[in-house]
Amino acid sequence: MEEIKLKVKNFVVGNFLFGNADGLDDDTSFLEAGILDSTGVMEVVAFLEQQFGVRVDDDELTPENLDSISSIGAFVSRKLQA
Amino acid sequence: MPLPEGFSKKVLEINPAQEADRICSRMRELVARSFRRRGFVVAVSGGIDSSVTLGLAAKAVGPERVLALLMPETHSAPETLDLSRLVADRFRVAHQYENISPLLEAVGFYDRYAAAVRRVIPGYERDWKSKIVLPSLLDRGGFRFFSVVAQRPDGSRVEARLPLEAYLEIVAATNFKQRARKMLEYYHADRLNYAVAGTPNRLEYDQGFFVKLGDGAADVKPIAHLYKTQVYQMADHLDVPEQIRSRAPTTDTYSLPQGQDEFYFSLPFDQMDLCLYGKNNGIDSATVARAIGLTPEQVDRVYEDIDTKRNGTRYLHLPPMLVAEVNEIG
Repeated sequence: MEEIKLKVKNFVVGNFLFGNADGLDDDTSFLEAGILDSTGVMEVVAFLEQQFGVRVDDDELTPENLDSISSIGAFVSRKLQA
Repeated sequence: MPLPEGFSKKVLEINPAQEADRICSRMRELVARSFRRRGFVVAVSGGIDSSVTLGLAAKAVGPERVLALLMPETHSAPETLDLSRLVADRFRVAHQYENISPLLEAVGFYDRYAAAVRRVIPGYERDWKSKIVLPSLLDRGGFRFFSVVAQRPDGSRVEARLPLEAYLEIVAATNFKQRARKMLEYYHADRLNYAVAGTPNRLEYDQGFFVKLGDGAADVKPIAHLYKTQVYQMADHLDVPEQIRSRAPTTDTYSLPQGQDEFYFSLPFDQMDLCLYGKNNGIDSATVARAIGLTPEQVDRVYEDIDTKRNGTRYLHLPPMLVAEVNEIG
């Protein structure tokens, strides 16, 4: 899971924060911190599907699965094990 | 807030005559003192917002100083042109017809749009019809992704969730429509030395249901403070033709009929108005839910969605930002 989280963090920092990771830790809520909007969530999902070869179903598009580096790490790990 | 017991659609009742006078007075002041122009151009679509804006402009400066622009294109609903002419005639305003299809063809809109849809629906051609839709907010929480619904010439339909690139390309392409119309509005405004009156209502202005530098551009937005319910009250007062007042609001953007509530807003406008009013005035979700027949959890989701959309709307309202002040301009 740590490897997944690292890849996600690199993507988020590079794509949404232009390299400045100040204030971002694994449990930071993307939405509350204003890092992602609805288009940003679509970008994250596209990244996960391309990077990890998983398909994110409609009922999986929830903050519980996608709103922080930790939650994405756990979600993708579950998907890869399924 | 001490009104929950009596919370109902009555909270949105206005005195339309008084409100029309206030709006028209401000429009006259702006056009004369701030814009230094001689009248107004209003783009009319056959919908309620543009009809009310046209009526207010005519009342503010006189119908002889207003031009109604009718700008349908290939995907527009067939009745929009007749309804637009009807309302221009009702307010005794001159109208001009500008078919924007050749303009859209020239910039490649129809081909670009079809190519974007083909990313998720192989085989999609220009003679198919389509629209994009959002899943209902009422059924479940979480993030909602747009889907495209396409209809083949034989009437059969196919639907597919839109990944990021296809979604952005579809929206970018359809934005040509609003921007082409705005370009023509300003052409006629410059030609006549008029100002442009925009037509957003409060829901649209607050929630970002407009295209930046498209229908979001205007010199004045006379009804941007009015909830949609109040726009209908104003329409009654101004005597907007009944065919327009009784017509369901549409986006007039996609080739398949599309309600605003399935594309952008979470609910039909009368419920959405009360949710927005409730949120703006600190009324708890249980009280609003009772008034509109939803559950408190559903209203909570609408409240969250209002915040989400407001976040996205800030960019749309931003003027060009400067890195350093230019004090002489202010």
